[in-house]
Amino acid sequence: MTRGSVDRIYRDQVILDHCRNPRNQSKVQSPDITGDAINPFCGDEIHIQIRLGADDLISEISFQGEGCAINIASGSLLSDYIKGMSIRQVKDELVRFTNYMRSKDSGIDDLQESLGELSVICQVKKFPVRIKCALLAWSALDDGLSD
Amino acid sequence: MIDVQNIRKDFPILERKINGSQLVYLDNAATTQKPRQVIESLVNYYENSNANVHRGVHSLSMEATDLFEEAREKVSSFINSETSQSLIWTRNASESLNLIVHTWAKANLNSGDEIVLTPMEHHSNLVPWQEIARENDAKIVFIPMDENGELDLKDIDQIVNVNTKIISAVHMSNALGTINPVEELTKIAHSVGAKMVVDGAQSVPHMPTDVQEIDCDFLVFSGHKMLGPTGIGCLYVKMDVLETMEPFLTGGEMVLQVTYEKASWADLPMKFEAGTPNIADAIGLGAAVDYLNEIGMANIHEYEQDLTSYALQKFKLVEEEGITLYGPKEASKRGGILSFTTGEVHPHDLGTLLDQRGIAVRTGHHCAMPLVKSLGVAATARASFYIYNTFDEIDCLVEGLLDSLRYFRHDER
Repeated sequence: MTRGSVDRIYRDQVILDHCRNPRNQSKVQSPDITGDAINPFCGDEIHIQIRLGADDLISEISFQGEGCAINIASGSLLSDYIKGMSIRQVKDELVRFTNYMRSKDSGIDDLQESLGELSVICQVKKFPVRIKCALLAWSALDDGLSD
Repeated sequence: MIDVQNIRKDFPILERKINGSQLVYLDNAATTQKPRQVIESLVNYYENSNANVHRGVHSLSMEATDLFEEAREKVSSFINSETSQSLIWTRNASESLNLIVHTWAKANLNSGDEIVLTPMEHHSNLVPWQEIARENDAKIVFIPMDENGELDLKDIDQIVNVNTKIISAVHMSNALGTINPVEELTKIAHSVGAKMVVDGAQSVPHMPTDVQEIDCDFLVFSGHKMLGPTGIGCLYVKMDVLETMEPFLTGGEMVLQVTYEKASWADLPMKFEAGTPNIADAIGLGAAVDYLNEIGMANIHEYEQDLTSYALQKFKLVEEEGITLYGPKEASKRGGILSFTTGEVHPHDLGTLLDQRGIAVRTGHHCAMPLVKSLGVAATARASFYIYNTFDEIDCLVEGLLDSLRYFRHDER
């Protein structure tokens, strides 16, 4: 049996590392922003807490997740990715990344390269039913930013 | 005896390859595949007999009406209803349950009344009751369940009491496979003057159903889970109860006489079928019932019990791999639904890996969130069988499971 395409997720060292050792787990005290998302179809959950520092830059971030490997890895990668960004920047990234993941376009483009470690999540596009797992953390972020 | 290889020939979709492998369809509790006979009945109806029913004097309309009512007769006999007037067409089991709640329950539940449910209800037999309980100031009480996912009836005399107005229970759990003693529950309900609702969405397709023997007041089920088309469901209501009920939806088809001021209602069951019904799919469900009767429901139940026993044995053999199976341990207490988790691999990741081998299983909470939560997990994987499944396919599932576990463990080193 060929597993070429699943290997790109489940054999990716970055994804494996982030799902087994998720970063930013200890809950931020008195957060400025909290966001939650639940996938009603499968019951997976993500909760995000953010604390802002000088110039409204993200100084601390934490998340708690329940669910599959893709969901947890995505939450962990997201938390690393947006640390240090301004809220404005995060909002732009949210639109840019979620649009990309939901678009039909599957080619590697500038966006993927600019994502750093997070770009591994783009592989999930090959499994359309799992895109929602990859985007659950981003929905939680969206929830926090729109409060 | 069932000739599975012959049956499989009737299901064109089983020929399909999924991700390069032969489809192994084990998601029958979600929806079943359709035999050629059902598909052809739909095509035949649209090509030869399509017209609106119960109106118009032209021949085609009469022909469509005959086919439509003939389907009602078939489905009514299938559950051994005394009369087809007791059988109302709906879209699905959820709509049937909503009909009960919005008509009978709305009129009969008062402040302090109690609704008795089981902890293993599908959201469709829980949420509508939560809503009506809130509106009518009634209370929901649950029958306890033991660690094998079987109802614990030892305190049933306290749970069902003078305040109980209705018991609504699933016959076969879609998440655990448990078969509940609905005859016994019906007797208990009637002993305190309460009504009994049976959710037959998973049982009617897989075992003989006799509403007179169960003696329930209501039975709901869905066409697409029993080889029929989607969009057609059924509600059986015992005649003396149905006669006391006010309409659910109003408008065309369900009226006798209409003036600008008021209307009177059509005879049963049309009083409960407002608007043009789903004619083609009702006829398709009739064809599905013909197909099931041809094989025989007792034979189907027996074959699925054999499949389930075999699967339980195979799962037992791989227990030490960390696979946890939920629900009753004995095949005789359950239907062909196996819900399981594999400690380290999340059901969704497992589902994706099985899908790579063409094996279709369901993963998630199976529309029974509180139940799955009570098992101490967020989701399970579920394999569910039907008459076209084979022992080889169960081997294929178990092999796929073990292989997937090895795949994930490989990285643990």
